Amino acid sequence: MGILIVLVPLALLLGFFFVGVFLWGVKSGQCDDLESPKHRMLLEKDD
Amino acid sequence: MNEESIKEQYDDKVVKYFLVATIVWAGVALLLGIYAALELASYKFNLGLQWFTFGRIRPLHTNAAIFAFAGNTIFAGIYHSMQRLLKTRMWSDAVSWFHFWGWQLIIVSAAITLPLGFTQGKEYHELEWPIDIAIAVVWVAFGLNMIQTIRRRKEPHIYVAIWFYLATFVTVALLHIVNSIEIPVGYLKSYPVYAGVQDALVQWWYGHNAVAFFLTTPFLGLMYYYIPKAVNKPVYSYRLSVVHFWSLVFIYIWAGPHHLLNTALPEWAQTLGMVFSVMLWIPSWGGMINGLMTLRGAWDKVKADPVLKFLATATIFYGMATFEGPLMSIKSVSELAHYTDWVIAHVHGGALGWNGFLSFGMIYYLVPKLWKTNLYSKSLAETHFWLGTVGIVIYMLSMWTAGISQGMMLNAVDASGHLVYPDFVQTVTRIVPLYWVRAFGGVMYFIGYLLLVYNVIKTIKLAPKAAPAVAGSSNPVLNVSVGDLVKSSHGEGPHRVLEGMPIILTVLAVVAVLVGSVIEIVPMIAATDQSSVEYANFKVKPLTSLQLAGRDLYIREGCYLCHSQMIRTMVSDVLRYGPANEMADSRYDHPFQWGSKRTGPDLARVGGKYPDLWHFRHMLNPRDIVTQSIMPEYKWLLEQKLDLSSIERRMSALQGLGVPYTDLEVSGSVEDAKKEAAALAAAVEKDGGPQGMADKEITALVAYLQSLGKQTEKK
Repeated sequence: MGILIVLVPLALLLGFFFVGVFLWGVKSGQCDDLESPKHRMLLEKDD
Repeated sequence: MNEESIKEQYDDKVVKYFLVATIVWAGVALLLGIYAALELASYKFNLGLQWFTFGRIRPLHTNAAIFAFAGNTIFAGIYHSMQRLLKTRMWSDAVSWFHFWGWQLIIVSAAITLPLGFTQGKEYHELEWPIDIAIAVVWVAFGLNMIQTIRRRKEPHIYVAIWFYLATFVTVALLHIVNSIEIPVGYLKSYPVYAGVQDALVQWWYGHNAVAFFLTTPFLGLMYYYIPKAVNKPVYSYRLSVVHFWSLVFIYIWAGPHHLLNTALPEWAQTLGMVFSVMLWIPSWGGMINGLMTLRGAWDKVKADPVLKFLATATIFYGMATFEGPLMSIKSVSELAHYTDWVIAHVHGGALGWNGFLSFGMIYYLVPKLWKTNLYSKSLAETHFWLGTVGIVIYMLSMWTAGISQGMMLNAVDASGHLVYPDFVQTVTRIVPLYWVRAFGGVMYFIGYLLLVYNVIKTIKLAPKAAPAVAGSSNPVLNVSVGDLVKSSHGEGPHRVLEGMPIILTVLAVVAVLVGSVIEIVPMIAATDQSSVEYANFKVKPLTSLQLAGRDLYIREGCYLCHSQMIRTMVSDVLRYGPANEMADSRYDHPFQWGSKRTGPDLARVGGKYPDLWHFRHMLNPRDIVTQSIMPEYKWLLEQKLDLSSIERRMSALQGLGVPYTDLEVSGSVEDAKKEAAALAAAVEKDGGPQGMADKEITALVAYLQSLGKQTEKK
């Protein structure tokens, strides 16, 4: 079970990494507009 | 830049290649699945040939389905949707092609090594160490290409699908590397640094998250792109999709221990896995509802369009699988479901329904778009859809019935405290007819797939002359010269390149530090852990050199795919197989062989249960001993010479990992093995068994089987 000394911090680290990415996303305005992206992705006609 | 010229920059050639690879490997994965299903329906399909036995075909099937079929689907979809969502070409064409060919090479090497018996003996992580390294390299190239493309994006907002792709890259990289820390003891043979319960934890931490981050998150990204695109309506709630993403990312990583319920794993770890698994239900269903609600008011379109039918049904299967999963993760449900075909039904609902149908929907959507034509036949695609759906339903119903029947029979204890079905084979005979039904369902699904192949070929032939065949190489729009490539990679000037450097460096540094520290720390912990409290009350004998050689054969033949080595803490398990296993029982097992499916009985305490001769006869022809057995024959074990050439290196590697071999045992390993084998073979001969078995593989395997359950003593 000693492997938990690696697995738990690693999972936590991954969690913190994602928290960091999330905070970056919020700060850089990724979450400012949660309405228009879903419409804009439809605009491009990709054929 | 007008829209037309942006579009010309997209690299659709690599998308086409990934799509064709998806279609080709899907066929391979499905055929192998049908073949494996037939092998369970009748042992005769094993053909008496080692390369075709179930134990070697099954890993090939799972690897082909996950890494070849689903893998190429993911890459095709990501490369296609990402360029459009970010309004830029992929960062580097060279890296894209390295990714494509590297990945196909990995698949081919899997297809060669697995039937030959080169395996690590860990599910979905069978591939040996050189291939593990190749996977890591190609995967990092893919991630780098993706991150750099995001950095070059011409659209500031990163659409939710791309977040799903990113999480896929980061998490799979970490899981793969941690589960791949192994000591090579030959060109295609290695031992994991972890043993027993530690190996079990790492493996299922990896195994469950392979499902989560290889078969779920990337496909959710594809769902959030292709459903809105195909129906031409925005996703029901973008906000919900963002919540869906972040909650999955935070919860999934903790759910792994639900694969180890009622085992020797400490209770608290089991509960942790169970709680997080149940929690997963909520975000999963949030996402499923979000996908389906996108189709609100457009069900008439779904009725008319096979693409939408596939995508919508895939989403429904996602909902089913993510309802069933948490349910099965409840400890008391696991008592019934674990080790049975219920698990097989569950994963195929996910694989055939969710991954398969989403792939097919995407293929039917993309092929006409990329080849600039219309789908050859809608009605063929419709037929494919219905054949596939009915095939899955037949598959799942038969395996649910088989799993629950067998689980209930195995767990049945009468009022006097005896097993109702003491012979394991009684429960097998009952479900063999269902194995035929399952194979039939699989064949239906495969016929549907053949219609897709025909339809796709016809569609590509319909394509305008300017864009012929697979590569679209003579298409002026798609064909990009080397000069263009250089321009597009470096077109943004030195300033942007320099600006990008710190971030790349940071990412690479973090990866390097992580890998480095993991490689340094893990083996140390794996070794020091040997003195920990769980083992204090037990004295565990390591395997002799002959038994170890036998264990390696056990792994080579994939015995763990049908036989567990873990007697659970349940009355029926204890009555059937003996005292529940302690952690100490697998203390020196690199890798652990607890198994995840019992097509045959548990072997944790099979040692000494039968005489040596019994095992010789049983391996030669199981039906000489148990008339209704469905186990393959292993004749070649009585013919092939036991290879002891690397046993010393193997023992010394294990010694380095903390298995208490003395130096004398290591240096005398060959002599010891020969002596032990000669004694065992002579005794078998005396009992009237086959002659001259002292230097044959079977002797080592029997020596190992006879050691099971005999190595641990309470102090």
